Amino acid sequence: MVQYLLMKIFRALVTVTLIVSAAFVVLRLSGDPAIIILGPEAPPEAFEAFRRNWGLDQPIWVQYFKYFVAVAQGDLGNSMRDGRSALVVVGERIPLTLAITLPALFIKLAIGLPAGVVAALYRNTWVDRLIMMLSVAGFTVPSFVLGLVLAMIFAVWLGWLPSGGSDTWAHAVLPTVTMGLVGAAVIARFTRSAMLEVLGQPYIRTASAKGLLWRNVVRSHALPNAAIPTLTIIGFLVGSLVAGAVVVESVFSWPGVGRLLVNAVANRDLAVVQVILLLVGLTMVGANLAVDILYGIVDPRLRIKRLQAGS
Amino acid sequence: MSALLQAKDLKRHYEVHIPEGLFGRKASLKAVDGVSFSIEKGRTLGLVGESGCGKSTTAKLVLGLIPATAGTVEFAGTRVTARHDAQWRAMRRRMQMIYQDPLGALDRRLPVITQIAEPFEIHNPEMLAAERTERSALLMESVGLRPDMAMRYPHELSGGQRQRVVIARALALEPDLLVCDEPVSALDVSIQAQVLNLLDDLRERTGFAALFISHDLKVVRQMSDRVAVMYLGRIVESGLPEEVFRRPQHPYTKALVSAIPTPARRGKRERIVLEGDPPSPVDVPSGCSFHTRCPIAQASCRNEVPQLVTSGGHAVACHLVNAGAAPAAQAAE
Amino acid sequence: MTIDTTPGLEPASPAHASGSVFTSKSRMGAFFEAWPPLVLIALFWIGLIAVVVIGAKWIAPYDFMALDLRARLIPPVFMGGSWVHPLGTDELGRDVLSRLIVSIRISMVIAFLSTLIAAIVGVSLGFLAAYFRGRVEQVILMLIDAQAAMPFMIIALAVLAFLGSSLFLFTILMGFYGWERIARISRGLAISANERGYATAVRDLGATPIRIYARHILPNIASTLIVSLTLNFPEVILLESGLSFLGLGVQPPMTSLGNMVGYGRDYIQSAPWIMLAPSAAIVVTTLSISILGDWMRDKFDPTLD
Repeated sequence: MVQYLLMKIFRALVTVTLIVSAAFVVLRLSGDPAIIILGPEAPPEAFEAFRRNWGLDQPIWVQYFKYFVAVAQGDLGNSMRDGRSALVVVGERIPLTLAITLPALFIKLAIGLPAGVVAALYRNTWVDRLIMMLSVAGFTVPSFVLGLVLAMIFAVWLGWLPSGGSDTWAHAVLPTVTMGLVGAAVIARFTRSAMLEVLGQPYIRTASAKGLLWRNVVRSHALPNAAIPTLTIIGFLVGSLVAGAVVVESVFSWPGVGRLLVNAVANRDLAVVQVILLLVGLTMVGANLAVDILYGIVDPRLRIKRLQAGS
Repeated sequence: MSALLQAKDLKRHYEVHIPEGLFGRKASLKAVDGVSFSIEKGRTLGLVGESGCGKSTTAKLVLGLIPATAGTVEFAGTRVTARHDAQWRAMRRRMQMIYQDPLGALDRRLPVITQIAEPFEIHNPEMLAAERTERSALLMESVGLRPDMAMRYPHELSGGQRQRVVIARALALEPDLLVCDEPVSALDVSIQAQVLNLLDDLRERTGFAALFISHDLKVVRQMSDRVAVMYLGRIVESGLPEEVFRRPQHPYTKALVSAIPTPARRGKRERIVLEGDPPSPVDVPSGCSFHTRCPIAQASCRNEVPQLVTSGGHAVACHLVNAGAAPAAQAAE
Repeated sequence: MTIDTTPGLEPASPAHASGSVFTSKSRMGAFFEAWPPLVLIALFWIGLIAVVVIGAKWIAPYDFMALDLRARLIPPVFMGGSWVHPLGTDELGRDVLSRLIVSIRISMVIAFLSTLIAAIVGVSLGFLAAYFRGRVEQVILMLIDAQAAMPFMIIALAVLAFLGSSLFLFTILMGFYGWERIARISRGLAISANERGYATAVRDLGATPIRIYARHILPNIASTLIVSLTLNFPEVILLESGLSFLGLGVQPPMTSLGNMVGYGRDYIQSAPWIMLAPSAAIVVTTLSISILGDWMRDKFDPTLD
């Protein structure tokens, strides 16, 4: 178990290193980092100081190392647009993004998990087909189309909700629902196949052959085992909260991190893009690590290993 | 006459992890542990033994399919290595293999004639397509496949026919050495004889040398000029087939021979039944590896590894036989 | 993980043959009977799209960039418009149908080329990993993990920010979507092919690795790869249209489906058809390809995830 955890932490560190390295490489590919980080209008002395500070006259591996140190210290440059620290610019948008993505995550799980389980238990009945049809629709309807259609119905035609902005809680409803519905489709589909996989295992057959109530078989044998693979996809969804918000925030003019990213990309505000890239990377890696640790707690096979190692 | 193939003290050990205790332990699985033999041009050596005794590993070592832990293989004066480089590939032209499972050895997406022609494509890329087809058709004929089977796929043929395809493909370039690893054990008994006869005929016609591996003594006896009996990674007895099977010396060979059902002499001969399973090659017994199951083992057998001692073309690795105690052992027959 | 499309072979292991032991034959039969009509409709739509992609120039009634300021925001024929502009016109009087046809063409070509790139990159890396094993394999697996760990949308946005957007670069970028799945699948299949014997047997004949992989392993795993590429295709369409919707993908004066929706959203109140026509095209097309892909997977390779 300890070895397993160390292995996972090592992998997470490798991934973080890869992400930072990728940012470094792409940054170098795209031109003079001084201009990119400081912006072309910065005063010449700032360029000088920057070059000296970051050691741009030194060999590339020294620069690479220094880049890492700078990233570790949170020295990520200033936003090209308003000159403030990119970290601050991104930081102040995070609460707004969480305000819609966390409720959306709740919707995803509240709809997706039961729908997937029910579809698997009633496999090949009309219930299953209906759920899977909705799920396939959730996969193939892009979130911007769903968002715009919802906006058209509830904002334009019915006038119940605002179609854009962030002034009141009512503004959060449409973006949250849009994200929640799309994500629910993903979770439902994944949960269904995880459940089906488990239901096909011999121990389920044994359990029901022993005469256990089917309800109990499902509750005490099938669900816990199906939860293990489902954790992975939930971890991915938690890690990609920001990524999932990019399109929806733009549709509803919600001023969160996602919309900031789109604007930063459009304006080539690279310092901000870099901060968001690292933010998403770290969330992803963190979420994956959390899932791996949860695995260790949930999965009895790993638990046994831990007991053995501890004895 | 110098040997076509010369294997000297071949060893192949695998590192294995045994789940035992807290962390388990590392051990060495001695699949092949010091095997030497030679095959002369046009001759056949039969290798016989129970499953797991290292016969197939020996075959792979001889062809350089897997690297040896120790020992050397020389083929026509050239060292055979397991580095799959251009030289290794070029050597395939002269040494080929017949597999136990012909269906597995064939590509199920290609018609059989394409697969028979493949050696030409690989080693004679300049050969014209028409000639390739013609020669493949001849090969099919020579292994007894009808011309209308040319465009069939492996799964559309019977097991025996598939093995004929594999044989045709292996013989396409007229190799000097053919390694046959249990070539008939996956086939119906009624088909086995046909395929064996075919191999025998082809050998007479083209004169390839062969290493013939089987667990079936009758098959080995029919096919071989010399036989070697393997037990737990070592050769325990070798000689002419009549010698080895009529007058077996090693107690293990005796047990094997006594297990052959012989209707004519039923009841006349006592069957020697070995006790227990062969030991795991991970825990090879000390001394003579056969002493744990040997009916005539003595204390000395536990300590010293017996060497293969030749007398009159017949070699045996047994302390008792080589120390002159053999008559006593033979009296038991 | 073997692909058995040929009859009369030894059956695949029962655990893989179907998802559940509770599935009775008749239920499976009913399931397959229930799908084909939908699959046929999907195929019909895909055929239609293919015709549009190939014949866009001849089918489109107008030049997709032709302005007609006197005929702005005309509704489509079923919303009170006329057959002159069957799907109406946009804010600059451009014919929505013509723009839709050109957009479909561009979106499909990008998705097709990108999927092709993903296939080439994925299969090559997967085969390299299977061939070399050891350290090369570890490095490739690490790349696969790293790619799978980052939402591709974010990677795409970062690259677009750093390198700017051009149609060429954009297509290449989309080509990196899904390569890791293809690589994982081809590595797994190649390794099991090597264990199955036919690849080893050809190697023992003296074939070069290129011959073994290109002539023998690739055709043997092709059906599984084609299924997974079919499932990759609609996802690339969604990604492309998403980025183009954000104004970061295909740039005007070029047009793509997402691009059209992005510009149409400003007229969601007054002229919703500008946005709805390309939206419907995206949804129906991705849905059709997904249905086809799922059906192919169930039919040819139930082991694929």
